[in-house]
Amino acid sequence: MPETTKESGATVGYEPKIVAFFCNWCTYLAADLAGTTRLKYAPNVRVVRVMCSGRIDPQFVLNAFAKGADGVLIGGCHPGDCHYESGNYKTLRSFHLLRRMVREMGIEAERFRLEWLSASEAEPLRVAVNDMVEKLRALGPLHVEVPEEAFADEAEEALVP
Amino acid sequence: MTDKPKVAFYWCASCGGCEEAVVDLAEKVLDVLAAVDIVFWPVALDFKRRDVEAMADGSILATFVNGAVRTSEQEEMAHLLRRKSQVLVAFGACSQLGGIPGLANLSDRESIFRAVYRDSPSTVNPEGVVPQMHHQENGRQVSLPGFYDTVRSLDQVTDVDYYLPGCAPTPGLIAKALEALLSGNLPPKGTVLAPDVALCDECPRKETKPEKLAISAFRRPHEVILNEKDCLLAQGVLCMGPATRGGCEALCVKGNMPCTGCFGPTSRVRDQGAKALSAFASSVASNDAAEIERIVSAIADPVGTLYRYSLPTSLLRRRRTAV
Repeated sequence: MPETTKESGATVGYEPKIVAFFCNWCTYLAADLAGTTRLKYAPNVRVVRVMCSGRIDPQFVLNAFAKGADGVLIGGCHPGDCHYESGNYKTLRSFHLLRRMVREMGIEAERFRLEWLSASEAEPLRVAVNDMVEKLRALGPLHVEVPEEAFADEAEEALVP
Repeated sequence: MTDKPKVAFYWCASCGGCEEAVVDLAEKVLDVLAAVDIVFWPVALDFKRRDVEAMADGSILATFVNGAVRTSEQEEMAHLLRRKSQVLVAFGACSQLGGIPGLANLSDRESIFRAVYRDSPSTVNPEGVVPQMHHQENGRQVSLPGFYDTVRSLDQVTDVDYYLPGCAPTPGLIAKALEALLSGNLPPKGTVLAPDVALCDECPRKETKPEKLAISAFRRPHEVILNEKDCLLAQGVLCMGPATRGGCEALCVKGNMPCTGCFGPTSRVRDQGAKALSAFASSVASNDAAEIERIVSAIADPVGTLYRYSLPTSLLRRRRTAV
């Protein structure tokens, strides 16, 4: 487990893990373009390609957080440009409500982000990813796992073998 | 003692409504009593924990445990009853999903104690007394169960065979479960003893649900006069029906109130709140970010509404504890 330094609150040796859901038609192609044009950006993103950002079930996002992601990034086509006409509007609607809910669950707003990135926008993708990594680095690890609880002095009378 | 099958009931963190539900079997209770011996039921019978401890392991045919697990005593009882029973049934929403007490997972022990024993307007506690697990008074040792930070469902504590959903389970489902138990005609382990389809399927207003919902304003039940025939979602009220298992015969909807989700999700859904969120949000009738924000901001309490009964068994289980 990385250690926290007293002065800055930042965590030493910590690399944020971002799970990114990119749509097949726009943002995934932007990431692909970033690769072929050899743009360098922070290697903290694990990209999951989905056919449409509208396919991203809120369960995917919560599951990513529950399984150890420090941030979740959703990338889709610009409004009006959805390959399936309206999928990204569905994304937009659920994003607004999910963002509120995630915040209520104690997860900072910076950890959950939506970006509209077309197939040609490799540079804005680079900027968005780098920016998110910087913010997550400042926040430190997420740690949503629920700790085991036990009352030490009752151990001897515990009924579990 | 006769050699009738033995049955037990126990309650953990719950309101007592599930105990009522057993009594609500009405005259069928007599059939139950004719068929089984109730060997332990703290709310009704004077048997103690030591009586259960004295029983042989596996000697109880079935134990029905309602309530979530919040204290160390509830946890111990869950383990004890598991050992003594052939079949352990999580009875009701709290036991199955965490239930209403599970919303305390938005908080923790310290803040709950602070609110209850210090800050609430009706509290007078100048000495700041809060419950302690051990206390010495005149040479006598007094003890209380430990209070956990996180509320858990029964199956997060011990192995559970079946689930009877609901707040509370309906008499019809209870009677069916008892029949299945006594006849030995049991479904696979882990089954939720209710239909595996969404509530909308058995909703009397099903025909009035539009092909495509378009909600331009969410309203709470007290803010609107609901008509008694149209789909409640179409009237802008958050009805958990699409994300909730059926089997209750749409009791709340028949009372002109929206479903609040007490039967939990169907087997295809991992996280009821997330699924409900998806259903509600995608029905918002706007493509404009600011307007969407305005419309969804009318949902007063997203976690409390979407996870009213299922926060402890949701993907995140509780509000993140401060690091």
